[in-house]
Amino acid sequence: MSDWRYRLAEQRGTLLGVAIFLLMFTIYVSNHPAGFTANVVQTAANKGVLLALVAMAQTFVVLTAGIDLSVGMIFILTNCVGSYIVTGSMGTALLGVIGVLVLGLACGALNGLIVIYGRLQPIVTTIATGSIFYGIALWLRPQPGSSDDFNSDIADLMTSQLPGGIPMSLVALLVIVVLVWLPFRRSPVGRAVYAIGSSEVAAYMSGVPIRRAKFAAYTLSGLLAAMGGLYFTFITYSGVASFADGSTYTLYSIAAVVLGGVSLFGGVGSAVGAIFGALAFRTIGDLIFVFDLEPLWQTLFQGVVLLLAVCIGSARLFQVRNRLDLFA
Amino acid sequence: MSSDESRPLMMRLPARLRRVDPAVATAFGCTILLLFLGSLYSPEFLSPDYLLQQLKVASFLGVIATGMMVVILLGQIDLSVPWVVAVGGMMACAATAHGEAGMVLAIPFGLLCGVALGIVNGIGVAYLRIPSMIITLAVNAVAQGLMVAYTGGFSPQDSASDAMRFIATGEVVFGIPNALIVWVLIGAGAVFLFTRTTFGRAIYAIGNRERAAYLSGIGTQRVVMIAFAISGGLSALGGVLLAGYASKAAQAMGDPYLLPSIAAVVLGGTSILGGRGSYLGTVAGVILITLLQSILSVMQMEEFGRQVIYGVVIIVMLLLYGRERLVR
Repeated sequence: MSDWRYRLAEQRGTLLGVAIFLLMFTIYVSNHPAGFTANVVQTAANKGVLLALVAMAQTFVVLTAGIDLSVGMIFILTNCVGSYIVTGSMGTALLGVIGVLVLGLACGALNGLIVIYGRLQPIVTTIATGSIFYGIALWLRPQPGSSDDFNSDIADLMTSQLPGGIPMSLVALLVIVVLVWLPFRRSPVGRAVYAIGSSEVAAYMSGVPIRRAKFAAYTLSGLLAAMGGLYFTFITYSGVASFADGSTYTLYSIAAVVLGGVSLFGGVGSAVGAIFGALAFRTIGDLIFVFDLEPLWQTLFQGVVLLLAVCIGSARLFQVRNRLDLFA
Repeated sequence: MSSDESRPLMMRLPARLRRVDPAVATAFGCTILLLFLGSLYSPEFLSPDYLLQQLKVASFLGVIATGMMVVILLGQIDLSVPWVVAVGGMMACAATAHGEAGMVLAIPFGLLCGVALGIVNGIGVAYLRIPSMIITLAVNAVAQGLMVAYTGGFSPQDSASDAMRFIATGEVVFGIPNALIVWVLIGAGAVFLFTRTTFGRAIYAIGNRERAAYLSGIGTQRVVMIAFAISGGLSALGGVLLAGYASKAAQAMGDPYLLPSIAAVVLGGTSILGGRGSYLGTVAGVILITLLQSILSVMQMEEFGRQVIYGVVIIVMLLLYGRERLVR
């Protein structure tokens, strides 16, 4: 194996995301009054998994050099729908779960169809569809609430602790990575997504199935956002159409993919990196609590850390030998 | 010869008509159609009072969208609008509370804070080469953090100065609202900047290809930084006007302006990839969006319906004229 250096270079962004997360989480746990206990990990995991799923959703689209500003609104919509249809016995609740996931797929597919066949820019398309998704969510749940026979067993199961103190949410995340991300990454469609992100024209010239790959990316993005929304329903037992939550998740998902080493120019990075970026970003937000600072400063602290984190990426400018490379 | 026949339809139109941008024409056409449909519902929609009131409301969006347009013409985007608007409003109100000198300096101080945040955006995009989507997001978070820490998370108690109220709600001549005059002045300045100055031409050049602009001797990095400073200043001016209109600043007062400002610019035919677009189009987009929101609310359409219709209208209009070319 003499190609290890190339493989390492390919995964550099992901590894950086893992490193940032480990650093932040170590600081967090070592200053936490309760220390490294199963409960601390479980709480952190449940919060982190929400953003991790939305960040994965964002990754699929960003890899094609697009951007999905509707992920947060799909998250909110599926959260609201989930609070209606995950009801009754275990069997009907599972049907409800499937229904929510299908809804997510449909939302993503709508984005994909408009971007591919309407040939509109992803950023504008998803702003508009995001408004539509939010409108529907607002129609369903203007106030926080849930169905009377909401199945809380399935919710408790998904947010529980397994024997040994392992949080169920992390296991679920691992299963999703193994069942969705890894097969996608290794499939021809997945490779096509990376090719489109690197250069759409070159991909077209090489006979890469551009439309199929883009459609898969947007649809899977909707699916992952729906999984996030479903998890939000499991954690809160309810749904609410909150505009602030939707836009926050959209914006944080972009921050998370960047921290996780996914390039906004497309073609570079992986969903695994995005997951660690999301977990790191969540930990940064919680650091303020373990340091006993005013919660008022949390927003500013998170903003400054984000600002510094994105500036670190500029270190590559020192390697630029030709000023023209700045404008590549 | 039948060469005349073979030319596309556009070419056979008289010279004067040929110069009209189809996007601008469609946007204005839709505005007239909206007014017509509205007048069927109630003749009030055609009264001068109603139209002037709409233009006044449109001025706030118009000022903010002008800044957004400068940045979009560069092929960048400014996602820091929500909290820069809030910073402009809050800081102007805060200055008002500091006696006589504060009253006088309220508006310049608010604008200056916006310009400062814009410069941070500009340095990040131009010199540190951070994608505008992520650096403006981070600056938005920092601005939000600063304001939350400053106000304690509540609506600030300071009220707007008399001058702020005057430019936002007063009228000097013939019952024309001052806010509209502010927008007209800003718009005239923007048209002059875009069409009559080297700076304006440089913006279009950079939007088309920054590398080529650099090679033709334009100090591209300086231009990009100033453009972001302009955008920050105009967002803050929008905040000052809004605070004057409502007599005080509020948390999240800028949130409803991010997506409409992007939508107004894009509906007016400006390419989101940069380098193409006219200010007249942005005017059309701003008026169209304001009228749409107003007519839907007069018809007592509920918020969810407005959101859905809003999204559908943006997509349908862009499908009419905003499509990208096929990859070939």
